[in-house]
Amino acid sequence: MRKLLSLTLLALAGSSAFAGGYRVSIQGQKQLAMGHTGVAVVNSAEVTFFNPAGMAFLENKFNLSVGASALFAETKFQNSTYNWTASTSNVGTPFNVYATYKINDWLTAGMAIYTPYGSAVEWDQDWQGSHLVNNIDLKAIFVQPTVSVRLGEHFSIGGGPIYVTGSVDFNRNLSRNLTDEDGDRTDLQISAKGISAWGYTAGLMFNPTDKIRLGLNYRSEITMEARDGDAIFNDVPAYAAGTLTNTTFNADLPLPGELTTGLSVQVTDKWLLAFDYNYTLWSVYKSLDVEFNNGLPTSVNPRNYKNSSSYRVGTQYSATDKFTFRAGWYIDESPVQDGYFAPETPRNDGMGFTGGLTYQVNNKLGVDFSFLYLHFDEIDNSYDHYSDGSSFGGTYKSSVFSPGVGVTYSF
Amino acid sequence: MKNKFIYLAVLAAGFISCEPEFENEVSNASYSSGDADFSSYVAVGNSLTAGYMDGTVSRVGQSYSYPNTLAGQFAVVGGGIFTQPSFEDDINNLGGLTLGGFPIGGTRIIINASAGGPQPISGSSTIEVSNLQAQAYHNMGVPGAKSFHLLSNTYGDVAGVVPQTANPYFVRHATSASATVLGDAMSMNPTFFTNWIGNNDILSYATSGGIGVDRLGNLNPATYGPNDITDPQVFASVYSTIINTLTSGPVPAKGVVATIPEVTSIPYFTTVPFNAVPLDAATAAQLNSGYATYNAGLVFAYNNSFISEAELSKRTISFRAGKNAVVMVDEYLTNLSGFGIPSYRHATSSDLIVLPAMSFIGTLVGGDPLRVNGVSEPLADKWVLSKDEKMLVANATAAFNNAIVSIAASKNIAVADMNAIMTKLKGGLTIEDGTIYTANYFSSATAGTVLFSLDGVHPNARGYAVISNEIIKVINSFYNANIPLVSAAGFPGATILTSN
Repeated sequence: MRKLLSLTLLALAGSSAFAGGYRVSIQGQKQLAMGHTGVAVVNSAEVTFFNPAGMAFLENKFNLSVGASALFAETKFQNSTYNWTASTSNVGTPFNVYATYKINDWLTAGMAIYTPYGSAVEWDQDWQGSHLVNNIDLKAIFVQPTVSVRLGEHFSIGGGPIYVTGSVDFNRNLSRNLTDEDGDRTDLQISAKGISAWGYTAGLMFNPTDKIRLGLNYRSEITMEARDGDAIFNDVPAYAAGTLTNTTFNADLPLPGELTTGLSVQVTDKWLLAFDYNYTLWSVYKSLDVEFNNGLPTSVNPRNYKNSSSYRVGTQYSATDKFTFRAGWYIDESPVQDGYFAPETPRNDGMGFTGGLTYQVNNKLGVDFSFLYLHFDEIDNSYDHYSDGSSFGGTYKSSVFSPGVGVTYSF
Repeated sequence: MKNKFIYLAVLAAGFISCEPEFENEVSNASYSSGDADFSSYVAVGNSLTAGYMDGTVSRVGQSYSYPNTLAGQFAVVGGGIFTQPSFEDDINNLGGLTLGGFPIGGTRIIINASAGGPQPISGSSTIEVSNLQAQAYHNMGVPGAKSFHLLSNTYGDVAGVVPQTANPYFVRHATSASATVLGDAMSMNPTFFTNWIGNNDILSYATSGGIGVDRLGNLNPATYGPNDITDPQVFASVYSTIINTLTSGPVPAKGVVATIPEVTSIPYFTTVPFNAVPLDAATAAQLNSGYATYNAGLVFAYNNSFISEAELSKRTISFRAGKNAVVMVDEYLTNLSGFGIPSYRHATSSDLIVLPAMSFIGTLVGGDPLRVNGVSEPLADKWVLSKDEKMLVANATAAFNNAIVSIAASKNIAVADMNAIMTKLKGGLTIEDGTIYTANYFSSATAGTVLFSLDGVHPNARGYAVISNEIIKVINSFYNANIPLVSAAGFPGATILTSN
């Protein structure tokens, strides 16, 4: 089993995950199919992520959920003032591995590995917004050892530390017109690998009746501190070669804290309803500042994100012993404010439609399928805080589709 | 079970093909030419139309001419092919001109980073005037042309280059020795035209520091010198002829005419400060003693009522420790030469020092440390556009622009008010993408936003792009068209080299 796990990780870690912003809400096939609700749902080992307190209520001694999605994201951009069109389309593979083990009646241990952040956007090199971004690829893998303690019949707590390892690659042109002698635009590539950081998750679950669960989960802010990454200047004109020297850089990228609360109701034996409210503390992302270690001035890129909410609803219907069907819907508020709409995270408010099913092969093994369609209205917006005082914007339209598959094994 | 998988796969495929679509997809079909027909666009004008920048026309510089940029945008709405005079012989993109192999025009100006300033790029021009193309082009901008030159049938005769009756740039492509610029333009059968002419009718006077003559009242341009101001009646008459001719086709061409910017705001006149001569107290005292005789002469003239108290004060030369105004010759002062008193005064903020004076002020005459140009040696007329000369330029500009606007109105032709744009540029012109452009000269801090080329008179590629947009906006509103703008920010500025 361990061998399989490490092989799977190796295969998946090389690819990146993407959704409009850099938070990717695909952390479990069953729960994604239910609108990514789950703070008050005890379905499978996926609860390790959604609310570690819920692990204590899992019935089986051992639970394993492994899953991955193929995420197809496309953003189109146009500006009718200048007759500009551009697009970026990317494929990502968010994945997750969850396992729990019931040590005794009141204590359950678990392990979670997942990829809740990631962003890959690749516009054409030297496209119209190339002074803001040509391409970005952000990867982060979360590893979360977890314990859950049952406090009596109705109440449990849970939590654990989170270890994050990640990398970032980012390329943009240095200005709106700097070129080398051949007319090739001067660009800056920054890369940092092996960035690690720590955080934690903690949750409560309360079951006032055997039909109703209430949940609360807090995930801490984690700051990815890139230190001494590589900063490479390409296509530098000779006269600037003395100042635009290749160097190292430092930058901090915050992964915001988030608070989720919700409830689930077992309406009938077969029918479950779940509601989550999710509040993400994006306002920590004030600015992306890149400090260079060769005396160049710090690159300051205001972001000024605002805290944002998601409202989620999901349902599950256990049709037969073999088949369980799920569906969900959510509204995802964008943390990006007007005038800060940068093409590196071209994200506006989205609406998610999800669905899926489980085929239970036998009483131990189940196969999960999910899909997500994330709809964005087209939006006219711009980034107005570029260093030379100019604004870059137009109309953006994104869509995301992500089918996923997973297995659940328990005994 | 198998069926269910197939169903799921079909569902997945359905969603994958569900790509984002805009309600109104932007494409070339989103734009329209309105009431205009761009199938044969012809540009008439001077250096500004030719794509002259950094003191010359070069092969690459010409590609950034505003008519060429306009034509690129017109192509979106049915515009036809657009040709420009050939500069294929400018192999190394140096610009300049030769006549019979001898250089008659300097190579393009670059910034030499090691020297810290502008200078002509090294190398020899390969643009030969006597290599005649004998072909009309859509871009009929001729550097140096004044309004009346467009009608001259000697302007394209290679024999006239040396005696300066012909224009070396027009000679290169005139269809015959007796061709006129306007005639060659008409041979392209314009359906749409731009006409931006008249700048040189005042500009050459201004850039020469006013050494020419204001020809107000002289109706015969054949008698004008190269640095004179054209009489407004001559201008209006020539301008009418040009517009009448351009609109004389079977289907009268539509077009845009441009007004003449107030030239005294260009970097050529605003870059060199009038009062930046640094002196210590000892040098100031020494210089003052050198002007003691002159100052005493002024007191004599005042005491005998030859000059007013105000003029006495204005003419008295006085240096002190710190920054000092240069001393200049001013022909508009009361002539006291009968008493052996020259016409000197300190420059004031109302006088404009020309750009070439940057490398002249402070130099020594014959290596004599006591003879410093601009200080102990007053600047000659050509280095300064004085307050009174400025007034002549302003009066002529206003008169020409009145003529342009009224002639355009009589023919229902659109006007691009470049004079108004220039006025805005002085205070900071905010364009569509929020960028604020100014009328400043190149500096390393503004290398990415400067609009003027290193000659201080002509725009650079970025500046021409801004001009193109202003013209497009006029066309869009006047001719009910919808033509996309270009993004000026991406156009290049000065060439900067590590050495030259």
